[in-house]
Amino acid sequence: MIVKREKLNFWERLYAPAVLGGFKVTWHHFARTVFRSGPVTMEYPEQKWVVPPGYRGAPYLVKDQAGRTKCVSCQLCEFVCPPKAIRITPPGASGAPGAGNVEKGPAEFEINMLRCIFCGFCQEVCPEEAIFLQQDYSLTGTSRAEMIYNKEKLLALGGTHQDKIQKWKHKAEEAQAQDVFPVPPAA
Amino acid sequence: MSTAAPTETKPAPPPVETIKVKVDGREIAVPKTMPDPMSGKPVATTMIQACNLARVDVPHYCYHPKLPVAGNCRMCLVEFGTPAMGPDRKPVLNPDGTPKIAKSPRPAIACATPISPGMEIYTTTPGVKQMREGVLEFLLINHPLDCPICDQAGECKLQEYSVEYGQTTSRFVEAKVHKPKQVDLGPRIVLDDERCILCTRCIRFTRDIAGDDALGIVNRGSYNTLAAYPGKAFDNNYTLNTVDLCPVGALTSKDFRFQMRVWFLKETKSVCTSCATGCNIVIGAREDKVYRYEPRENDAVNSSWMCDSGRLNYKWIGAANRITRLLRQNPGAGSEPITWTTAAREIADRLLAARPGSVAIIGSARQTNEELFLLARVARQVSAVTDSVPRTQTGDKLLVSADRNPNSNGARLTGIAPAVLGSNLRAIADGIAKGTIKTLVVFGEDVTKHGIGAELLAKLDTLVACDILSNPTTDRAHYVLPGCAHAEKRGSFTNGKGRVQRFMKAVEPRGDARPEWEFLHELVRNLNGQDGFTTIEGLFNLMAREVPAFQGLTWAALGDTGVTITLPA
Repeated sequence: MIVKREKLNFWERLYAPAVLGGFKVTWHHFARTVFRSGPVTMEYPEQKWVVPPGYRGAPYLVKDQAGRTKCVSCQLCEFVCPPKAIRITPPGASGAPGAGNVEKGPAEFEINMLRCIFCGFCQEVCPEEAIFLQQDYSLTGTSRAEMIYNKEKLLALGGTHQDKIQKWKHKAEEAQAQDVFPVPPAA
Repeated sequence: MSTAAPTETKPAPPPVETIKVKVDGREIAVPKTMPDPMSGKPVATTMIQACNLARVDVPHYCYHPKLPVAGNCRMCLVEFGTPAMGPDRKPVLNPDGTPKIAKSPRPAIACATPISPGMEIYTTTPGVKQMREGVLEFLLINHPLDCPICDQAGECKLQEYSVEYGQTTSRFVEAKVHKPKQVDLGPRIVLDDERCILCTRCIRFTRDIAGDDALGIVNRGSYNTLAAYPGKAFDNNYTLNTVDLCPVGALTSKDFRFQMRVWFLKETKSVCTSCATGCNIVIGAREDKVYRYEPRENDAVNSSWMCDSGRLNYKWIGAANRITRLLRQNPGAGSEPITWTTAAREIADRLLAARPGSVAIIGSARQTNEELFLLARVARQVSAVTDSVPRTQTGDKLLVSADRNPNSNGARLTGIAPAVLGSNLRAIADGIAKGTIKTLVVFGEDVTKHGIGAELLAKLDTLVACDILSNPTTDRAHYVLPGCAHAEKRGSFTNGKGRVQRFMKAVEPRGDARPEWEFLHELVRNLNGQDGFTTIEGLFNLMAREVPAFQGLTWAALGDTGVTITLPA
């Protein structure tokens, strides 16, 4: 797509209104800082910064409203992760226990938070909406091993995602309506 | 079942009659006939073969060059035209003198339409693109689109063609037809019928190549379902080839199921070691773990197939009882780790100190040509009696050879083994029993299973054992040398028909292990003071100069598919 560059009018060509507009923001902040009562800085870490919505903090795994771990161990996040912070152990031939028609889930899912750069590629690439960058921005630990978050920890931190689509549930219901599920045992 | 039996490439046949056709405007002469994949008889060349020769890609699902043509997926539809004929049965000419092409009013499937002289094939027209998009949309109507949990993802033709010809959104709003999933088709195969696009490649393979008519399509219309014949298990020794053939993720291997995503696997060209056929394979490995073997096309050896038993014979590479430490063992007094340099020096000293004729060397026909060549040099230096161990079981008509050693011919040609493998073993056992043989060097074999029991091994002054997995022989050895699996080193094998094939390194050796030829090279140098080659290329070329049967070969000339040598009668 090519965006056509508009011709600047007289006032715009002067640049003065834009410069003054910029100064207005600067002066606003200056005045607020100088004349406001109370401290200007925040006493971190006793006081924590409240992150704005949409903030990209540490990536955690989520469950859906039915309590199912949404990750299906497709390993796309492991593939896309630029610092190679993610390591997934696939479940092997037996699949994930109790996953029903999803068949698959991670046997283990580890994120090395020392390596993670909070880039959000894992969230972007995830076809199952199973991993989200959440609010945590300051992660600490007393050893390197402690900073490798395993599946259990990631799920506990991640919480529940209100999935609007629930495609696997929808698939199972559709198949049940056609009398295909549960899978008939082999002859 | 007649055909896929691998045949040697014949000398060039007499010049073939060619037809000139145009593919996307480019004229190319193609043979009028090509051998039928099943019978080998000449049959008319098809449009897809002509496009292949013209290096023009025609997307397809059901067509496979090694299988009979079914023509059911319709993905290879192309437009074409033939020279127009006038009422006088003469070609109609354009004003510029070129033949006028009458474009066919309807497309044709490239896989099953024979070419004719002057034919023009169009694969890039808007019509062809629309047809491909339409066919793909139909194929995807009932497809579950469960790529995140599908093992085929990453090597799936549906995914690949969706990139080129797919729609961004589905127009299909109705409920998809659901079919059985996770069907246990046989001991090694899981079938997902929803993913199947009914190309019937698996049916044709197992019926016509494996000779086991076990699969078929049941039900009608949208409910078409691939199934095994009722009451018959799909369990022949070639079932896993259907997993390779399946263009989608319908047939999946139980062994590889949910183990690793294919895009992580580093692929290394190698050779199967399970029998003397020497099927060409690709090893899929990630982070020094081998995940699967897949056949690699070599028409002189294995066509595009391999047997299930060979394919699944890789787990020992990562087995828990791998020997990983280089040890000097004193029976009853424990063991101590030593370095390879120390081992080479001490073993050489012991061999040189041994009385001529008191040394026996048992090589393995699972070792590479280069290693056996160096071992033969050691044997010559110390005038040792040598042999190897035979492994003979029943073979089959397709690929499995009765000789289960990958390199029996290499053992014979390098002089380690007599013409009949194992015929010296008895003499070696007798020599040890009588006390005339006091030093035994064993590479890659457990001799306690082959007539040289533990009580005989106890009589030896020196027992050197190199192996991959620990066994009763290595337990009693004075020097335990950790060996490498073929996936951990480079080298070459000579298969049952005399084809010399090289293989590459896929994973790192475990622990102290290092390729046997590196150690043997050092041992030979300690014995005779002569420097050899420290690269596998140089070593192979040296062997080719010294061993008459390998005359004229070079490592580079072996290429990916090997070279056939004449075996001495």
